[in-house]
Amino acid sequence: MADSATTTGGTLAVPAAPPAETRAMRLRNFWSDYRQSWVALAALAVIVALAIGAFGAPFLVPQDPYDLANLDWMDAFLTPGEVGTGGYVHLLGTDNAGRDMLSAILYGLRTSFVIGLSAGALALAIGITVGLTAAYFGGRIEALLMRVVDLQLSMPAILLALVLVAVLGQGVFQIILALVVAQYAYFARTTHGAATVERRKDYIEAARSTPLPTRRVLFSHLLPNVLPPLIVVATVQVASAISLEATLSFLGVGLPLTEPSLGTLISNGFKYIHAGRYWLSIYPGIFLMFTVVAINLVGDQVRTILDPRNSR
Amino acid sequence: MTQPLLKIENVSKRFTRMPGLAERLVGRLTGGGKPVVVHALSDVSFDVARGEVVGIVGESGCGKSTLGRVVSGIYAPSDGRVVLDGKPVAHERGGNVEKLTTRVQMIHQDPFASLNPRMKVGETVAEGPRHHGIIPRGEVQARVRALIEKVGLEGAYADRLPHQFSGGQRQRIAIARALAMDPELLVLDEAVASLDVSIQAQVLNLFMELRRDLGLTALFISHDLSVVRHVCDRVAIMYLGRLVELAPADVLYSDPKHPYTRALFASVPTVGSGKREFEAIKGEIPSPINPPPGCAFHPRCPLAGPRCRVEVPKLAGAGASRTVACHLNDGGVELKDKAA
Repeated sequence: MADSATTTGGTLAVPAAPPAETRAMRLRNFWSDYRQSWVALAALAVIVALAIGAFGAPFLVPQDPYDLANLDWMDAFLTPGEVGTGGYVHLLGTDNAGRDMLSAILYGLRTSFVIGLSAGALALAIGITVGLTAAYFGGRIEALLMRVVDLQLSMPAILLALVLVAVLGQGVFQIILALVVAQYAYFARTTHGAATVERRKDYIEAARSTPLPTRRVLFSHLLPNVLPPLIVVATVQVASAISLEATLSFLGVGLPLTEPSLGTLISNGFKYIHAGRYWLSIYPGIFLMFTVVAINLVGDQVRTILDPRNSR
Repeated sequence: MTQPLLKIENVSKRFTRMPGLAERLVGRLTGGGKPVVVHALSDVSFDVARGEVVGIVGESGCGKSTLGRVVSGIYAPSDGRVVLDGKPVAHERGGNVEKLTTRVQMIHQDPFASLNPRMKVGETVAEGPRHHGIIPRGEVQARVRALIEKVGLEGAYADRLPHQFSGGQRQRIAIARALAMDPELLVLDEAVASLDVSIQAQVLNLFMELRRDLGLTALFISHDLSVVRHVCDRVAIMYLGRLVELAPADVLYSDPKHPYTRALFASVPTVGSGKREFEAIKGEIPSPINPPPGCAFHPRCPLAGPRCRVEVPKLAGAGASRTVACHLNDGGVELKDKAA
């Protein structure tokens, strides 16, 4: 059977294809492209550092800000660098309840990360399903799904999230739900746009005429080919989920102070800013800013690499 | 003859585009805004015997690809039915259709579009038979390699992605994917049209060899008359969604009966005739949205008479297992004399 190549191919032997591109090689290529920008490298380093700080918080900071027994009224409003009753330095000062700000920020950052990532992942899953379904089936289903998406995108996400939180009440779960509802539309539209292009290609028809079940055509043929733009949108949406959550908390409808996120901390400190106690608001604000900007920069670099016009 | 493998019975396919809301509103005022109907196939009937290769030839837009898609079950016919081995294919709904259409496999024109760019080619080949249980689970890897070798590539290529292959190699992979399903009927939709001529020859030779080894039955859709002559037993000529002539290849090529077939052959360049004027068919192919009444070819036909403008000619026997849809044939008029 091996010699059929020569018989069917006439005099031409089949030219050897280049060596198979392994996953490891693709990853290495991606990394060498990523390294081209030092800004993106720095942003990635910031994210890694913040993530280590946030998820390692219980081992890194002197105080569990959730545990009211650890708080001492005597320590209220200590300026950054002062030593409190616990005998350790409060690097970023303390708040009105004697909470160590650095501890509260890192714990809050953890909450922000968890909310941002889980809302982003859930919204991604729902958005992909909606977008693929609409693009694949077309007709009335597409019209219905995408008009709902358009409707949602026509109003600010913050407004929608505010209304939902007002209805659902406070808490981590409620916030995540509100963010998912507010954000899935971005994923749905991106997926839909890419999928309507891919859907018309012959490999989809080939899969359908084999025939393979619709679920398989959607998720193992259509989805992998619309993924690149989605990765970019996903990074940006995680950043926006974090800042949306912070905004909601700042407005007082997000997380309660007993379970602080960065937004709650900023909101709490806001009252004291005119009294000169700037550290209550400024430091969580700086952490929030670094987080959001760094995630956006990473997303930007990923987009540059995945852009097909940016040939290697 | 025993029962034909494929029977196409009075198949018509219409595509309807409903006007949008805005168009309908405007239509209320102007009297337009009605659904647009494209007649892609009109009343097409023919049989394909087991082991036979039938060529479908015609200009762009004549419905030949639509016919291929109806046969492979991608489109359901608007009227008529497609019968495979005594069982209707594209008419039933549900699981039954799935089971039947596994027996018809399609090979597409553009091998750069017909393979999933993010799936290893081995997986592309293995996916269908694994899902339908055509190959026992433990043997899938070995069978896929054997298939890839059968189409003239190295078995180790199974782990590569489509972008690492040339056009001809990709088309071989597409053939392997179709063969993996153990099909009884292959539909080749312009399967070599987008390849270089030298590669075309390789892929065609592969197809002929597979046909000899596996006894394949196939619909070979093409606009390339010389390729069709090389490959097919019988040839069907289509014009504007209708079958105009169907005959064994050697009969058709030596003595075309329908004026359209003749015009097609007249426009094929030949070696050795030096420079010559091509007798281009006058005019454009009419729109399938609003096909001309009577014989669809009459506005371009040099021999058209008054009857051609009103009456649709039936496909009728014209000797030597040939059928032609032209009024000049059933009147006993000898076409040859008039055409000169």
